[in-house]
Amino acid sequence: MKAWLRDHARATADALTRLAQTPMASGLNILVIGVALSLPAGVYLVLSQLQSFTRQLTTDPQISIFLELDADARNVESIEENLRNHPDVGNYRFIPRARALAELKRSAGLSDVLDNLKQNPLPDAFVATGVDSKPETLERLRDTAIKWPKVAHVQLDSEWARKLDATLRLGRTAILILGLLLSSALVAVTFNTIRLQILTRREEIEISKLIGATNPFVRRPFLYFGGLQGLAGGLMAWGVLSMAVLLLNRDLATLAALYSASFRIAGLRWDDAMSLLLFSALLGWLGAWLSVTRHLWRFEAR
Amino acid sequence: MNDPLPRAAGAAAAHPAAVINLNHVYKRYPGGFEALSDVSLTIDAGEMVLITDHSGAGKSTLLKLVAAIEFASSGAVIVSGQNVAKLRPGAVPFLRRKFGIVFQDHKLLYDRNVLQNVLLPLQIAGFDTGDAVRRARAALDKVGLLSKEKAMPITLSGGEQQRACIARAVVNRPAVLLADEPTGNLDEAYGHEIIDLFAAFHRVGVTVVIATHDRLIAEQLRTRAIQLVHGRVADEH
Repeated sequence: MKAWLRDHARATADALTRLAQTPMASGLNILVIGVALSLPAGVYLVLSQLQSFTRQLTTDPQISIFLELDADARNVESIEENLRNHPDVGNYRFIPRARALAELKRSAGLSDVLDNLKQNPLPDAFVATGVDSKPETLERLRDTAIKWPKVAHVQLDSEWARKLDATLRLGRTAILILGLLLSSALVAVTFNTIRLQILTRREEIEISKLIGATNPFVRRPFLYFGGLQGLAGGLMAWGVLSMAVLLLNRDLATLAALYSASFRIAGLRWDDAMSLLLFSALLGWLGAWLSVTRHLWRFEAR
Repeated sequence: MNDPLPRAAGAAAAHPAAVINLNHVYKRYPGGFEALSDVSLTIDAGEMVLITDHSGAGKSTLLKLVAAIEFASSGAVIVSGQNVAKLRPGAVPFLRRKFGIVFQDHKLLYDRNVLQNVLLPLQIAGFDTGDAVRRARAALDKVGLLSKEKAMPITLSGGEQQRACIARAVVNRPAVLLADEPTGNLDEAYGHEIIDLFAAFHRVGVTVVIATHDRLIAEQLRTRAIQLVHGRVADEH
């Protein structure tokens, strides 16, 4: 057991020494791995934030009924009556066009633009929720409401959010593919590095085996090398991401201030960062394992 | 008793002390070259045996078969009662640890100093560092290289490199020392020194097998010699 631990310590030390011995090559490898990982991780970061944003929006599905601009109080009254009598409607409220404009001015930071308008561009509107949260209920209501007089447009508010959600899901699949591709690049980089190392250390491997080294003994330093290089690449990716978030947030703050809003990208969470490091170390290990398994058979007895 | 074959076939049973036992061993290489044909021999624990071969690659092949570096085409190679061909791949390293091997071309690693070269077998066997260094120094002292422990192998003379190789072979205190042409590239004076070293290890109970074509060794050692001619045992005395 002690000898086993000692051997692992030896393999780690050996791998670290070899990483440090060729700082340029190791540095470039780590850079490649870091860049390859930071790309999908960065996209994942942005997408997951957009996704949690849309989840908040889709919690309360409702329907908006916009009236035509020339609708008068009588039209409003008749629509209100229709809503009151409709079996699918749970709750509804009326938003007069003046209040809609005032709300818009308050919330979106567009007051300068809106003040310059000669007349209110917004129509009167009703916002209604269904008796239940089934999408079909609101869809049925939408199909009825569009036929009422003086109704210009009916919109399922949850619809755009669901569309966005679906788009984000598409994006997530895309980064999954991107991630897989770049991960295999990481495995390939490690595979080749280890292959070169095995070639340059051929004598050492051969002699070690001749004087009784077991295969795990020979393999271990290479596996540690791959794992440590992957880990360093993961750290590099984390650093790249943190730096990017920092720089982007600075510009984003300026942009958000112009829209009198506040929005910022959160950095990688701890657990996500740990998964990233673990993942990159595992990929490095895998690349090394493939390479060592592929190349060590040359040293077997015939 | 006049027929040598029954003796060889029953050797393992008749000699419980046998360390190495070859039983009708053939070794053919791709291309049809036969390095060993029908070789049967027994080497007992504590023996010192010379294997001479003036004509071919038979003696080196024989050592390789014994250390499971190569496998016989047919016949049985038995080391300490174990059939080498039937070992699991995972057991081969442990078989090799029974041997200290002295290579004709030294096979030292040129990226590390003499002490680190001698430490290698101990690292492989899982010794703790302090213990290993003590043992490595003792082995270097035995071959007279203690003052050169920090030297890189490339700066050593041929004889010194051979002695470093011997130190590496004996550092793990193997039961059997296998040497392939240990004096091959050395002048006579160096050769004598090396042979004296082997004789000294033999005196403390190590089984020593030396493959050589060097007549001087045979004259110097006056011990059992097995002569191979064209891959066959031609003479034994």
